[in-house]
Amino acid sequence: MAVIIDKNTKIIIQGFTGKMGSFHAEEMIKYGSNVVGGVTPGKGGSKHLDLPVFNTVKEAVKSTGATASILFVPPAFAADSAMEAADAGIKSCVAIVDGIPSHDMIRIKRYMRRYTKSEKMSLVGPNCAGIISPGKSMLGIMPGHIYKEGGVGIISRSGTLGYEAAQQLKNLNIGVSTSVGIGGDPINGSSFKDIIGKFEEDDETDAILMIGEIGGPQEVAAGKFAKENMKKPVIAYIAGLTAPKGRVMGHAGAIVSAYGESAVEKVEILKEYGITISKNPSVMGDTVKSVLSKS
Amino acid sequence: MDIHEYQAKKILSDFGVSIPRGGIAYSPENAENKAREIGGTKWVVKAQIHSGARGKAGGIIVCDTPLAVAQATDKLLGKKLVTNQTGPEGKIVNRIYIEEATEIKKELYLGLVFDRSSESIMVVASTEGGMSVEEIAKQKPETIIRSKIEVAVGMQQFQAREIAFGLGIEPQLIRRAAETITGCYRAFSELDATMVEVNPLVISNQDQILALDCKMSFDNNALFRRNQVSELRDKTQENSNEVYASDRGLNYVNLEGNIGNIINGAGLAMASMDMIKLAGGEPANFLDVGGGATPEKIVKAFKLISMDEKVKVILVNIFAGINRCDWVAEGIVQALQKIEIKVPLVIRLAGTNVEKGNKILKESKINYIEANTLEDAANKAVKALGN
Repeated sequence: MAVIIDKNTKIIIQGFTGKMGSFHAEEMIKYGSNVVGGVTPGKGGSKHLDLPVFNTVKEAVKSTGATASILFVPPAFAADSAMEAADAGIKSCVAIVDGIPSHDMIRIKRYMRRYTKSEKMSLVGPNCAGIISPGKSMLGIMPGHIYKEGGVGIISRSGTLGYEAAQQLKNLNIGVSTSVGIGGDPINGSSFKDIIGKFEEDDETDAILMIGEIGGPQEVAAGKFAKENMKKPVIAYIAGLTAPKGRVMGHAGAIVSAYGESAVEKVEILKEYGITISKNPSVMGDTVKSVLSKS
Repeated sequence: MDIHEYQAKKILSDFGVSIPRGGIAYSPENAENKAREIGGTKWVVKAQIHSGARGKAGGIIVCDTPLAVAQATDKLLGKKLVTNQTGPEGKIVNRIYIEEATEIKKELYLGLVFDRSSESIMVVASTEGGMSVEEIAKQKPETIIRSKIEVAVGMQQFQAREIAFGLGIEPQLIRRAAETITGCYRAFSELDATMVEVNPLVISNQDQILALDCKMSFDNNALFRRNQVSELRDKTQENSNEVYASDRGLNYVNLEGNIGNIINGAGLAMASMDMIKLAGGEPANFLDVGGGATPEKIVKAFKLISMDEKVKVILVNIFAGINRCDWVAEGIVQALQKIEIKVPLVIRLAGTNVEKGNKILKESKINYIEANTLEDAANKAVKALGN
């Protein structure tokens, strides 16, 4: 049944009537996602792409029964929109936007502590490509056709590197259950660990490919979790072997500031946790293939 | 974004942290007058560059007369200082900070950073001020105090007191120390900082608690709402190509090698650099033109790379999604009509409409080497170096 989204998941678009929101809503609908409407404050009651527009997320949820949303709002307002979604009872929210201040991300996460585990929204992103369950639903901005339906779960900080992996797998005739882009920011809604656990429980996923990069503790935390709690094989690639220390490499979160955060150190630690390492980015597909043939 | 020491001190003093008396100077005469204004019998002349470890590089000079202050200023202004943090090219000194000398009883370390594990603000303090935090962690790890601050409620009085007592501060100074620590926290939290480091934080012979040196960095994503901070940017402290890039919305980092890169997406860019290294080459830069790789961005990227004299081969690696390879290919062809490239060019396109994209490139008159995979592209780029 894939993770987070499937073909029945009802989706609303926050920032629906803007240029980005309109364009990607159409792409998602074309892919087969069950988009049921959108929110643009002040334009409630109108129609856009033949779908209803609401003033608030609460109204949209009440009227459509949506459980997922995707944000196409400018960075300055993204924190507010994410909290509105959480408060309205949305279960999964994807923030594509790049440029949300770190202090705002911390605020969102503190705000969400008011909910019990079962009520709590899972936020994916920001600064990410979103989520796709191939053949079922797309809650993101990726090119859907490069993903083949299948049993590999992908989690990636980078958007385009996640595409690269999906394409390599497709060329080897291997498919994907769900691909989740968790984004390149220092503080993100969901970590590798948050998502990897969902894949462990998903009966359509046979193995997980984790695409990390320099900076932050998340890859290592997920590796430890996998060793202690998981049966399914995990394969990882860490980008940034040549990245200099102390410099931000494009993604705000891609900066080495402590021990264990460089690519070499992460690879060493993940190996100790029993994770299979893809030695370079052009053999991510091959590495997954060889692991699958062994299991 | 980084700022200068004197700017960081001004900010901290606005938040109730005491700093020694001082003033900024742009010329020796200016510096001499500042020294007289400040008064006293001893001054410290401090080169303002975006780097620590300035003392070892000769950027900090203690003077006994205003005339000596002028001479020291003359010596430093316009110089490039090379420290262990600036890289071999160093950083230019355009501003000098003149400060009254402080008689130091005790040197402490105080730093605030984002802790990505707990997603909160972490205070790191030590009795061993004056050394870098890395050195303290290596040589005197037992002196390090860590305190996690819950951002939703901010720093509590008891937390500031605990840190102050942990630093061995005498009881009659605890209150002032706690105010100082709280001031640093408020500056961090209210101005969207990502790092505040006071090193050393000193107790003077007169029992004042003073920020003697200070570094601050800010979240670039939050500058839109921090005008007073973004005004403090000093572009002379950044690599000129990096300034050119950031002014044009490109993510660029200048590196030492000779293979120039134009790539879409930060992760793919890092991965391509890794492949170049594995193929036996060295990347000249990191350059992310953005997931969309619009023709405008590609033109700007070619212009930027062509400005870098150390580049001997250019590698373009674009994974086109919704933007499609044919559109990206047209962007590349347009760019090369505008900008003359004198070095070998390797292009790898992947993703949506890749056949169409490669056809457009082939049918254009541009001179390039086609590559199909990441590995192929890196190998061909390294091979092209030899030709």
